[in-house]
Amino acid sequence: MTRVLIPTGALGLGFDADALARAVGMAPDIIAVDGGSTDSGPAYLGTGTSKYSRAATKAEWRALMLARAEAGVPLVVGTAGTCGTDSTVDWMHEITAELAEELGQKVKVARLYSSQPVVEVAAAFAGGRVRPLDPAPEVGAETLGQMTNIVALAGAEQMGAALESGADIIIAGRTTDTATIAALPLMRGDHAGGAWHGAKIGECGSLCTSNPTSGPILIDFDAEGFTVEPGLASARCTPASVAAHMLYENADPFVLYEPGGHLDVTGAAYTQLDERRVRVTGSKWVPGEYGVKLEGARLVGYQSTILVLLREPRYVREAEAWVARLAAFLAGEIKARMGLGPEDYALDFRLIGKNATLGALETSRAAPPEVGVMCIVTAPTQARATEIAKLANPFLLHYPLTDDEPQATFAFPFSPADWARGALHEFTLNHVMMLDDPMAAFRLEVDEVG
Amino acid sequence: MARLGDLADKLRAKNAGPFWLTIDVFCPDAEIYQRVSRSLDTAAVAALYGVPTQVLKRFDIAALNVVKISMPRPNVQGSREDRDMHASQWAWLLADLEID
Repeated sequence: MTRVLIPTGALGLGFDADALARAVGMAPDIIAVDGGSTDSGPAYLGTGTSKYSRAATKAEWRALMLARAEAGVPLVVGTAGTCGTDSTVDWMHEITAELAEELGQKVKVARLYSSQPVVEVAAAFAGGRVRPLDPAPEVGAETLGQMTNIVALAGAEQMGAALESGADIIIAGRTTDTATIAALPLMRGDHAGGAWHGAKIGECGSLCTSNPTSGPILIDFDAEGFTVEPGLASARCTPASVAAHMLYENADPFVLYEPGGHLDVTGAAYTQLDERRVRVTGSKWVPGEYGVKLEGARLVGYQSTILVLLREPRYVREAEAWVARLAAFLAGEIKARMGLGPEDYALDFRLIGKNATLGALETSRAAPPEVGVMCIVTAPTQARATEIAKLANPFLLHYPLTDDEPQATFAFPFSPADWARGALHEFTLNHVMMLDDPMAAFRLEVDEVG
Repeated sequence: MARLGDLADKLRAKNAGPFWLTIDVFCPDAEIYQRVSRSLDTAAVAALYGVPTQVLKRFDIAALNVVKISMPRPNVQGSREDRDMHASQWAWLLADLEID
């Protein structure tokens, strides 16, 4: 039996302190928390930085380092710093070293690095060792050259290697959401289907309970399956709350691919054990070839934006026509004043209040009282994006719907009106890299801090 | 006839990785689930999202009173054309569908 404590769905999201204390008192064998995902977009992987603030991360990591010392078991964070690049692993290591000093702890720390050099990935492509998933972007020499970061998703094998180092704390780069939780139960011979299924149910912490924001849960893995229980005394797990988590962020609610095989929960049975606990059996692990998923982000340009608000009823009604006329006019001005054509930049307009969220798919024709026009410039350099935004500025403020009318003026909410948004990155890999040795694409470093 | 948005307990959409999105229609009970499962036309859903019917994956899960629909994201998450980083508002296109 292996008892895993999952304090929260992601480090930086917060957790209930009493629920954590209660869970720590229940003798877990390991504390495992997720530190990231692709869900916040490509900028974090593109720049190799964390989405969550350093202050929030440090405050929560402090509580978890204290919990680790009290429980006397390993503490693991997977996908450290949102994207799990080497840079965010080092960022997390720096925070850990600071806290060890402040708390007077002496801890052995293992770092599992997941970043992949572009040349290695290019060689794997050339050697036929990379397989596309559906849908996979076209990847060639040019796109590989634009990649700022590539990571491979570590599985239970790499996490197992980190655990075998005997470290008190493991800071892992990009891992699958489940690997940090499944690794120890698998090492100890618990049921493989149960290990992966329980890990998927637990990866978002208390999201599988009646109180989704409370944070901690405990999962007991054993020879036949797993049992899940909320950390918060007043929260409950039900078969529905547990089973429903297989729906979450999962295109197929019955199958989950991991390095070296897949989980099939078609035959899983969810049973209410008592008021708070649910037992799950019948999940199946199906071994397959060994490959690790790749994630990559490339730099595709730089952006500046201007937001202008229309409240005059005629302009609100005619917002689409106004934008079409303005866009054509601006294209001419940009050509005339900067010598740039459509291949040199992109100018997009989104009508907030009409269809900014869904674009052409929007079916509602409800009449809004006002419209926000978000003008987005994308160009190969920030200087050019900003220059185009500044050129557009006076026309966004005054451009008329027709030539024969008094000067119009619209609402700018800010001065300066233009925002330099910085780099635009794009996810560019949806592929699996086949490996003979699971550790071939990963690095482990162990040191002591405090 | 009733709007799906009125029948369902909850409509939820979310990324399933940067290249897929998934929509869960949570029904309040087995009776409404059966009605939604029977009447929700996959081709009509595909048309709403502007994708070919054959790329939709649909799961009718009676045990949870849930109809789940997954599709490749029309725009890759975070690309220049993407408007919804978490694909979290995509479910609401379904709300106005009429259910028998």
